Parts: sequence; structure tokens; C-alpha cells
Amino acid sequence: MAEIESTPKKLNLNRNEMPKQHPLVRRHNFHEVALGYTPDLAKAEANRCLDCKKPHCVGGCPVEINIPGFIRCIKTGDFAAGIRVLKDKNCLPAVCGRVCPQEEQCESKCILEKKGGQIAIGRLERFLADWEARQEDLEKTEILSSTGKKIAIVGGGPSGLTVAGDMIKLGYQVTIFEALHEMGGVLIYGIPEFRLPKAIVRREVDYLKSLGVNMFTDFVVGKTRTIDKLLTEYDAIYIGTGAGLPWFMDIPGENLNGVYSANEYLTRMNLMKGYLFPRYKTPIKSHQRVAVVGGGNVAMDCARTALRLGAETRIIYRRSKEELPARLEEAENAEEEGIIFEYLTLPLRYIGDKNGWVKEMECLRMELGEPDASGRRKPVPIKGSETRIPVDAVICAIGNSPNPLIPTTTPGLQIGQKGNIVADEETGKTTRDKIWAGGDVVTGAATVILAMGAGRKAARSIHEYLSTQ
Amino acid sequence: MFKVIDSKPLVPNIHQITVEAGEVARSIQPGQFVIVRAEDGGERIPLTGSDWDQSAGTITLVFMVIGHTTHRLSLVSSGMEIPTVVGPLGNPLEMKKYGTVLCLGGCYGIGSIYPVARSLKEQGNRIISVVEARSSHLFFREEKLKEVSDQLFFITRDGSRGLKGHVGAQLPRIIDSLDFPVDLIIINGCNFLMKRGTDISRSMNIKTLVSLNTIMIDGTGMCGVCRVTIDGKRKFACVDGPYFDGHQVDWEELGTRRQMYLREEVLPLRTSEAEERHPSVRKV
Repeated sequence: MAEIESTPKKLNLNRNEMPKQHPLVRRHNFHEVALGYTPDLAKAEANRCLDCKKPHCVGGCPVEINIPGFIRCIKTGDFAAGIRVLKDKNCLPAVCGRVCPQEEQCESKCILEKKGGQIAIGRLERFLADWEARQEDLEKTEILSSTGKKIAIVGGGPSGLTVAGDMIKLGYQVTIFEALHEMGGVLIYGIPEFRLPKAIVRREVDYLKSLGVNMFTDFVVGKTRTIDKLLTEYDAIYIGTGAGLPWFMDIPGENLNGVYSANEYLTRMNLMKGYLFPRYKTPIKSHQRVAVVGGGNVAMDCARTALRLGAETRIIYRRSKEELPARLEEAENAEEEGIIFEYLTLPLRYIGDKNGWVKEMECLRMELGEPDASGRRKPVPIKGSETRIPVDAVICAIGNSPNPLIPTTTPGLQIGQKGNIVADEETGKTTRDKIWAGGDVVTGAATVILAMGAGRKAARSIHEYLSTQ
Repeated sequence: MFKVIDSKPLVPNIHQITVEAGEVARSIQPGQFVIVRAEDGGERIPLTGSDWDQSAGTITLVFMVIGHTTHRLSLVSSGMEIPTVVGPLGNPLEMKKYGTVLCLGGCYGIGSIYPVARSLKEQGNRIISVVEARSSHLFFREEKLKEVSDQLFFITRDGSRGLKGHVGAQLPRIIDSLDFPVDLIIINGCNFLMKRGTDISRSMNIKTLVSLNTIMIDGTGMCGVCRVTIDGKRKFACVDGPYFDGHQVDWEELGTRRQMYLREEVLPLRTSEAEERHPSVRKV
């Protein structure tokens, strides 16, 4: 157990709630749901921190932010100092403050967690980042003198951006190649506007640009130029190409019109701004009854997007509420907004109309049996419980494989069974010299912060390697 | 941004643009495609490379003007820029000596069959080119195709040039008229042409490759909208294709999926642009 400072202090277990848009209002707009702490709320929350001598929260953070350090700055109102502490370890604080699963990471390690009053670390991080965004002059991180060495980063998502931020500070020349027409990866194409406003992502990307990171969009490494060609120009390469082909359940009717993968639905909506069609030119249908299959964060994002476009939306999940893999906060938000949850329900097939559009889905109800390999109670079908749900769109949000482009175009790179690039967990080193990899292309679908953590470790390893060259 | 250095209508409703895209021009191979956006905020559409010039760093695209995006693209004149030209995407056609190859192009596919025929010719294949259109005034690139073909046939619906009628009726006659067997058929063009062509070649037992045009967004193996059923299995046109064995394609499903946004594709054409630019319209 962590030691607590000797000054006697009454424990305050009341977490300060963050103001949010009312559910009945926000279900009709794409503005951000959570509104953020005011300075007073932030200070009040920071003052609850016990400032442990051996803070466990830091160990729960994949990028090792000095959490008590920045909270101390908030207590004293020195927000500029706080942001310096944050940015020392995290180049995307406004993003992480919003989308990290803090309840499983830093906040779960907080000494007050056992009593149910853990410090709202994520909200405080977000507060500082948003405070900084409102300042006229951004304070720039110190950059070490040039090493003269060049790094290429493949993929402009959270893990690539982290590597870029770390390496540029160490004096390397950094270039990011992004396949899409906008930087940010999943932060731009995947996470909806109401959870992570795109202006925030652009701001973080612009900050890296201002530090001197070169960025090329519309550049598909593997196709436009291969990894091996890049190696003739760069001293090291980091691959963070993220998500790939969506999974489907292999049940009848999945290629009917109106059945989307989560990747397609979210890309249409977020990167291409389909919800503003026809002002933005990528079309999206206006659906009346949407079913989202899956129970993760991506499923919640899809469902809440469909709801905002006016559809009656339900989540179809084969296990029960207790097993939902989504963040509790997101599931609660979804429920408040009016998403219908069909737990213990398994899709069997989709039924189309005469024009090839999905009109109904057939499902089987389940009950929980014995625990399976994952430790969760296994859902078992209830015989004869087939039921039909009328739908005009289905979004399949059950995961995806790692992106296939680099694995299929780079000889000598060891590829795992799931199509992932094999890389050392601690260093991100691949089986080829001068090539590192991290994020979803290594682990399969995971979280933004884990991708960032992998980027941090790889950056350290690349630096070690290049320092000895 | 990518500079358009040439833009012209080839025949009614079919347009050609040439764009400066050095990186793409240096790596593109026959059969590969690019994704383009015609304007900021525009949609991403796949177009097959119809020609390229490595030294000049340009690629040429031929497309049918059919919805908002292709309409917009046709209005871009030389000297203007378009925001996205990314690629080359998809797998190139395997270039080797097959023997006699019949290259069938219809409509906008006449544009993209040309580099295929050219490269196959360079590999030492005998090239029989067949182009199909509704009427004689809809043919283009005739001289170029002639240069790389051992024989060139025309089929028109109205009989104004070459053989009269449909591919379905005329393709077997062309193949029968040859003094040598056809080892491979490659078809670029609309779904209808590819389906009719493969029906014929199946009955004649000739291996046939078709270049599938599906809806795409990223084109890099992420979104999955381009899924097609090949021999009962799910494949993705952007990373597994675009060429597939024509005899194994589920044409009905492909046809249905391609029509998914038929209504929406033309909707912006009917929306007044004055309204979009009016200052009272709130920017989001």
C-alpha cells in the first residue's frame, strides 16, 4: 500500500462530476457530450488528491505520465506548469483525457479507488489540455540539437504521432506517411465528433508540425513506395498502420445492402463527414431502425452515431451487461441517450427484401452457462428462442484484423497467425533490422493509449539503437 | 494537392484527365487503381489507371460522368488542382506470357484495357483487342489500341461500326473466327459487359479475368465496403483484387451492392450550390 503524507487530512471521496450535455439534447447533435471541468471544479478535484509518496497511478499509465506532478500544479493554479508535466510524457493530452479507459488504468490504481472515490485523473488531464488550447501562445517543448538521422513513420494514428513527438524532441528528422487524406488515423476516421472533436485532433497534429515533423498524406507505404525503398533513405522505420479488414460473423445475409462494417460506417461518418451529406459529398442513408452487433467501444460509437441521425437503435450483444467490453461511461452515455440494449442475443442471419436490402434479422436468445477460457460466463443458446427484429441497417462491430498492406508487401517481416506484424513487446522491434512496429498492426484491435504506449517504447528503443550507430 | 495538366471529354459522357502524381506514376502497374477526390469535402472514388508517364510523373484517368463526383472531376480544367490522388492500389495483373490474350473493353473500360494490352504485348503475347460501345461515335483511343494489338475488333449495338449487336452474340463469333485458340480473356468495363463476357467464356471454357469496380472508401483494406463473393468466399476488391476469376464472381450480389447509393450519388447534382455558399448557411 502506498504511503500517505503524514499531514492529517480528511478523506474526500466525492468525485467531482464533469458537466455534460443533457441526454435528450445531445441525442440530436454531434457536439461533444462532455463539457469539461471549469477551473474551480478542476481545483476542487485536484485538492482531493493525497499526493502519495509512492504513487501507484503512474504505474497504471502506459505512457508513464507524472500524474501527481500535474495534479499538484492544478492545486496551485499553475496550469502552464501542469501542461509542461503532461507534455513531457504525452504529446496528445487532449485526446487521452477524452478517450483513455482511465478506470482500467491510472484511476484503478488510485489509493482512493477502494473506497470508490478515485481521483478523476482523465478529467484533470483533459482540463489542462483544453486550458492550453485557449492560450494565445503555445509553449514549445525543448528540442535537442539535430542528430542528423532520419526516421520514417508509417501511419499517422496515435502510435505514429507518439513516436514522432518523442523522436523530434530527441533531435531526429521525422517524417510521417499517412494513407488517408487527413492525419490522425483512428482519431479522425474512427472516433466520432461527439466523443473527440476533430478540431482537437487537428490541433495536436499541428503542434507536432510546428515542432518540425514532416507529414505526407495520400501516401500508401507498401504501394506508393515500399518499406525497402524507404530504408534506403531513412535510418529507421516505425510501422503503425493500425486496423485492417473488418471481421464478419460468417452468417447468411452479411453482404446485403444496409449491412455495414463498423469501419465503413464510422469512416463514412467521421473522416468523410457523411452526417453532413449533401454538403459533404459522401453519402449516407437515413435509416429508421439500426442494429449494432457487438458490445465494445466501437459498437457504442456506431450506435450513438446512428441514433443522432434519427434511427431507433439497438445494441445486439451475446453476453450480459456485466461482460460488456465497452467503457462503463460510454455504455451509460449510450443508455441515457436512448439506445436499446438487447443482451444475451446472438444474430443468426439477415433477411433481405426483393431489392437486396436488409429488412429483418433473426436472433437467438442466450443464457449464461459455465465460465469459458476468458473467465467470463459462456452464453449458451436457449432452444427455440429464435426471434426476428425488423431493421433497415445492421452495423457489424465485432472487431477487425491488422492492416494487411505492409505485411503483404514487405518480405522478411515475420507475420503472426492473425496477420499481425510480430514485434517485441518491450521494444517494438520486428524481425527485420531498422524496422519497429506497434499499435493495432501488432496487437490487433486495442485502445488508443496502448498504441501510444507501444509508440513510446519503440521510440526509446529506436533512440538507443541509433545512438550506438 | 495534385495538378491537373490536361482535361478533356473523349466522347459524350466519357472524360479523361491527366494529373501530376509523380510517386504514383513511378510505381503504378497495369490493373492497379487510384483513389481520387475531386474537391475538399468530396467523396473518395476508385479509378483504374488508364495510362501513365513515368518520366513526366503523370497518370491518366478515364471515367464516365455519372454522379456528383465524376461530374465535378470533369469540370476540373487543366491548371487546376484536386486534393487527392492516392495509390497505386490493388494488385497488378500478373505480367507474363499467356499466349493469345483477348482484351475486351467496353465504355470507360476501353481506357483502362489499353495499358493492359500494351504490357501484355511487351511480354510477347498475341493481343486480340475487342472494344464495345452503343454506337461508332463512342469509341476512343483507337490508334493507341491498334498499335499494341495484333487484331482489333469493334462491336456496336446499332451496327454503325464493326459487328452489330451485343458482346453475348458477337464474342463467340470473334473467337471462332480466329485461327488459334484464346488462352486468356481480360475484361474491363461495366458489370453488364463483364457478366455477359464471362457467361460466354465459361461456355467456351476460356479462363477469364475481370476487373471489379466496387464502391470503396479508403481503398487500403480497412473499411470493407468493397467486399465481393468469389467462389462462395468473401474477398475484398481493394486488397484481394481488383482482378478476379470471372467465372467465380457472384454478379447478382455485386450488381446490387454497386447500386447502394444510386439515389444519393446524383442528389448533390440537384442541390443548389448557391445555397451551400450562402453566408446565412451555418458552417459546421
